[in-house]
Amino acid sequence: MLTKRIIPCLDIKNGRTVKGVRFENIRDAGDPVELAKWYAEQGADELVFLDITATNEERKTFAELVRDIARHIDIPFTVGGGISAVADVEVLLMAGADKVSINSAAIRNPQLIEDLAKRFGSQCVTVAVDTKYTEVTGWKVYARAGTVETEHTTVDWTRQVVDLGAGEILLTSMNNDGTKAGFALDITRSVSEAVAVPVVASGGAGTMQHFADAFQIAHADAALAASLFHFRELSIPDLKQFLKAEGIAVRY
Amino acid sequence: MNLVIVDYKAGNVQSVLFALERLGVQATLSSDFETIRAADKVIFPGVGEASSAMAQLRARNLDKLLPTLQQPFIGVCLGMQLLCEHSEEGDTEMLGIIPLPVKRFQTELKVPHMGWNQLEKLQSPLFTGIAEGEYAYYVHSFYVPMSDYTIAQTSYPEPFSAALQYKNFYAAQFHPEKSGAAGSQILENFLAI
Repeated sequence: MLTKRIIPCLDIKNGRTVKGVRFENIRDAGDPVELAKWYAEQGADELVFLDITATNEERKTFAELVRDIARHIDIPFTVGGGISAVADVEVLLMAGADKVSINSAAIRNPQLIEDLAKRFGSQCVTVAVDTKYTEVTGWKVYARAGTVETEHTTVDWTRQVVDLGAGEILLTSMNNDGTKAGFALDITRSVSEAVAVPVVASGGAGTMQHFADAFQIAHADAALAASLFHFRELSIPDLKQFLKAEGIAVRY
Repeated sequence: MNLVIVDYKAGNVQSVLFALERLGVQATLSSDFETIRAADKVIFPGVGEASSAMAQLRARNLDKLLPTLQQPFIGVCLGMQLLCEHSEEGDTEMLGIIPLPVKRFQTELKVPHMGWNQLEKLQSPLFTGIAEGEYAYYVHSFYVPMSDYTIAQTSYPEPFSAALQYKNFYAAQFHPEKSGAAGSQILENFLAI
């Protein structure tokens, strides 16, 4: 049986892991390659690395880090941050990344999704969607690391990117991110039911029950967390044992 | 051992090279006919879209060479599908080495089939030391149906070919290079065939 995936996310700045709390207040949580190896041994199903300060110069450094990660770990990983062209993706995939995640570039230029899917296959194209709810707007899509509200409503946008060839949706609720109060179950479920590709729930994980809820209530295919794992507040073996006892299929 | 990875600019070649490196094995990346023919074993990786990959193979005349190879050969993921006759992906004529079709998943479940799923009914030296129900990593939207050449199966939700063997041609739909310790064992088993 296909298992639900547990995905630690490593935000990378200048070759180090960081984690923004509500996209602010960044803290340093270690060396990416060491953390990656440790997570692979702990039973993480996949890893995500987001280059959060990608400029042209930094992107080259990031590609070297991607190569270093691929050399040392034997589970799949996705990389994202600052990707705006097919050529950027080619460099990262050739360095050993399994999937790429695009966010603002997909909003600026939706054609990029189609170009990437055609060139590399949908299976390696994850579209990351930062979403925020307000009473006035409902769930809207935000660009540029959550700083700019777009015209897109979240469910419509995810449908559109899947039609263009996205193979996975990484859905981050900005309302929940950093709160440890649980994933945004309503929008995650709406997106999961609206699209035929896997959906990764992100933002808000604080307890093991939150992961169970993401899978059982929101029908997410995978769940992602960062600081919760980085600061060892929750161990992946304990989490998987809990999920298994809840009747959720996990690789354990 | 002289191990060659087929280079046709359509694959996650680096991951396979690194996985072999972790096993202490060096491999040569090549699209050169003589180099590939002289190999003791050949690995044929593939990630991407079928028609683009076939175009890359044809551009190097590898569509002529690969079917003539006699040594143990393994196609991985798209590399497995390319060994078959025809794919529903882009209505593509494949290499035609293994007389099987490649179909798109028609299911209520999410497609691509992405993540860790179980290997079952293992029946090949490729799986020596691998337990029934062991997990392997998959990411694909197209699959090869069950057949006489199926040497392992996975269900999504119906059983499909997780691995094939046809003469000297082996194939795996999952990614052994990304499947943790079990994946490394399967690669080692191939090298020992």
